Amino acid sequence: MALAPDPMLPRRARVLASRQDTRDTWTLELELDGAAPLPFAPGQFNMLWPFGVGEAPISICGDPAEPARIVHTVRAVGAVSQAIAAAAPGAVLGLRGPFGHGWPTVQAIGHDVLIVAGGIGLAPLRPVILELLAHRGQYGRAALLYGARTPADALYGHELDAWRARGLQVLTTVDVADRAWTGAVGVVTRLIPRAEVDPARTVAMVCGPDVMMRFTAQELTARGFPAARVHLSLERNMRCAVALCGHCQYGPTLLCRDGPVLTWERLRPLTSVREL
Amino acid sequence: MTAPPTLRLARADLDALLDAVRADGWTVLGPTVREEAIVYDRVDRAADLPAGWTDVQAPGRYRLERRADEALFGYAVGPHSWKRALHPADVRLWRASRTADGFAVDDAPPAAERTAFLGVRACELAAIAIQDRVLLDGPYPDPIYRARREATLLIAVQCGTAGGTCFCASMNTGPGVTGGADLTLTELLEPAHAFVVEVGSPRGAAIVARLASPPPPATEPERAAAGAVVARTAASMGRTLDDPARVPAALQETYDHPRWDDVAQRCLTCANCTMVCPTCFCTQVSDTTDLTGDHAERWRRWDSCFTLEFTHVHGGSVRQTARSRYRQWLTHKLSTWHDQFGTSGCVGCGRCITWCPVGIDITEEVRALLAPAAPAPGGAQ
Ligand SMILES: Cc1cc2nc3c(=O)[nH]c(=O)nc-3n(C[C@H](O)[C@H](O)[C@H](O)COP(=O)(O)OP(=O)(O)OC[C@H]3O[C@@H](n4cnc5c(N)ncnc54)[C@H](O)[C@@H]3O)c2cc1C
Ligand code: SF4
Ligand code: SF4
Repeated sequence: MALAPDPMLPRRARVLASRQDTRDTWTLELELDGAAPLPFAPGQFNMLWPFGVGEAPISICGDPAEPARIVHTVRAVGAVSQAIAAAAPGAVLGLRGPFGHGWPTVQAIGHDVLIVAGGIGLAPLRPVILELLAHRGQYGRAALLYGARTPADALYGHELDAWRARGLQVLTTVDVADRAWTGAVGVVTRLIPRAEVDPARTVAMVCGPDVMMRFTAQELTARGFPAARVHLSLERNMRCAVALCGHCQYGPTLLCRDGPVLTWERLRPLTSVREL
Repeated sequence: MTAPPTLRLARADLDALLDAVRADGWTVLGPTVREEAIVYDRVDRAADLPAGWTDVQAPGRYRLERRADEALFGYAVGPHSWKRALHPADVRLWRASRTADGFAVDDAPPAAERTAFLGVRACELAAIAIQDRVLLDGPYPDPIYRARREATLLIAVQCGTAGGTCFCASMNTGPGVTGGADLTLTELLEPAHAFVVEVGSPRGAAIVARLASPPPPATEPERAAAGAVVARTAASMGRTLDDPARVPAALQETYDHPRWDDVAQRCLTCANCTMVCPTCFCTQVSDTTDLTGDHAERWRRWDSCFTLEFTHVHGGSVRQTARSRYRQWLTHKLSTWHDQFGTSGCVGCGRCITWCPVGIDITEEVRALLAPAAPAPGGAQ
C-alpha cells in the first residue's frame, strides 16, 4: 500500500467537505497533496493528526474504488476526535496510513455475506458494502444488520435505501425508538434469525462496541456460522500503528499489525479473559 | 582466511586498545561508578572503569562492594542497559510548522554517533538481538534504532561473576558469549592481569590492526583459563527459570490463576522493572506546541505497561488492576513475545528482580504459577 517513506511522518490531508451525521458524529472527505490516491483495503485505518493536538486511529470508510477521496467518519469523544470532527473544509490534517489488516472481502467472494454493525461500527464496514455492491454478482446473498442507540444516532440513513435497492438486505434496530421509527427495537443480535443468508456458507463481519461484538459472535456460532468465518474489528489504544509501540497488544496479537480485524476462532479464547 | 585469532592483551595495554577504538572513529561507552552503582557512561581511559568493584545483588537489593583484586569487569550488570543508547528514553520524532498550505514537517533523517559499547555481557548481546527482532524485523523498521544500531561496535566481556539475581544459563543466553560481538574479552586475574581477546568481525579486526604493538596469540593455558572463567560463572549461578521450554504455552493457561492476585498485593506498579529491562521496548508519543501554536513537535518516550494510561481507550483503561498489568508484563516477557516476535522477551539478566523495590522475582512467580498443585488449567476458557 502507498506509504510515505517514513510511516511515522504525517502527510497533509485537506478537508474537502464535512457533514454532521448525528449529534456527535461527523463525516469528512479529505484529499492528499496533488490529489494523490491512497489505495486501501476495507477495514484499514489512518492515524489522523489535528495540528499539535494529538493523533487518533480512524477507520477509512470511503469507496475503495475511489482511493483519492479519503473519507472518515468520526465520533467526537475526546480532545483529538473533537478536533478532527471540527475540521472545516479547507483545514489540513496530518495523515499516516493506511495501516492494519482489514476485512476478508476477497475470501468472501462466492460466499454469502453477513454484516453486523453497532453505532459507529458501521463506518469501517462501509467500504465492504461499497465493494460488495460494486461486484454484486461475485457474492451470494448479502445482509446488513445495523443497530443504533436511537434513530437519530443511526449513520448513513440516506444511503441505506440505495444499498437495499442494489441487492443488500438491510435490517435496522434501535435501543430506544421515537414515534417515527418503523424498524425493530432491541439489541442487534435479535435480527440475526431474520438475515437471509445460509450460515454454513457465510462470511460474517462484525463491528461495534466490545460487548455487542462478543454477543453477536456467540449468537452466530450458536446458529451454525463457523467461527473461522466470523470476523471482528477490535479497538485498543494505538500510538504508532506500525507495531513498534506495544500499546495495542491483545494477548498474543498486536492489533495494528495482526488486526484490527481478527477471526472469532482466534479471539474467542481471549475475549473471556478479563482485562487482557 | 585463517580462523579468527585469539590474542593476549596485557592489562597495561588496555589503554592502547581504547585509543585504537577511538582512532577508528568510535566514542566509547562503558561501565563506570556513578552514585553507588555501575552504569554505562563515556569511557576514555581504562582508569575510568570500575577497578576493584563488584555488585552484590538480591531481590530488591543492590550494593557495590570492594573486591580483593583490581578486576575491571568484576561485576554482573547494573541498572542501565544498552537500550538507553540504542532505543533512547526520550527522542524527538519530528517538528512541524504551520504554513499557508497547512503544515510542513521537518524530517531530518536520524543521525547517530559511532559508538563502541565496552563490557557488553552475553545476556546483553541476546537482549540487543531481541530488540533487533522487534524494532528492525517487523513490517516497519524503526529508523532511529536502525541508525544507532548500525553505528554501534560491540566489545563484549565474558562474565567472571554470576550476579545474585542472574538466570541467563537457564534462558540459554549466557553466561558465555557465543557470537554477535565485534571483539570479546575475557579478563584473567592471574598469573598476570590480562585479557584474552577474540576477534568476531572485520570491524573488530580493524581495531586490532591499529594497535602499534600487535598483541601475541593467547597461549593454550591462557585460552583454557578463559574457558574456565565462563564455566565457573555458569556453575555458580544460583537462580533458574524452571523448565523454560514449557513456560510459553503453559503460561497461557494461567490467566485466572490466584497467584496473580497474590503478586498484585505486592506489586506497586512502579514500572521499575520495565525501565531496567534490556528488552522492554514500549513507547508512547506526545505532541507539544509552543505558545504561538504554530510549531509542534512529536516526542517518543519509553512507556510502561504498568501505567493505567497505557491501555486508555475512550471510556477508560482496559487494564484497571495491578493484577492485570503484572500479568500482562510477565506473560508478555515469557509467553506472548514468542507469538508476536518468535523469540522470548527475557534474557535472564535479573535486573527486574534486583531493581523491584519489593523484590518480586519473575522466576519465583513463574514457579508458583506453574506448580503442579495449581488449579486445573483451562481458566482462560
Ligand atoms: C483501529 C481503530 C479504528 C478506529 N476507527 C474509528 C472511526 O472510524 N471513527 C471513530 O470515531 N473512532 C474510531 N476509533 C476510536 C478512536 O481512535 C478514539 O475514539 C480516539 O482515539 C479517542 O481519542 P480522543 O482524544 O478523542 O478521546 P479520549 O477518550 O479523550 O482520549 C484521551 C486520550 O486517550 C488516548 N486514546 C484514547 N483512545 C485511544 C486509542 N484508540 N488509541 C490511542 N490513544 C487513545 C489518546 O491519547 C487521547 O488523547 C478507532 C480506533 C481504533 C483502534
Ligand atoms: S524480564 Fe527481567 S530478567 Fe528478563 S530480561 Fe527483562 S529485566 Fe532481565
Ligand atoms: S514488579 Fe516490582 S518493579 Fe515491577 S512494577 Fe511491580 S513493584 Fe515495580
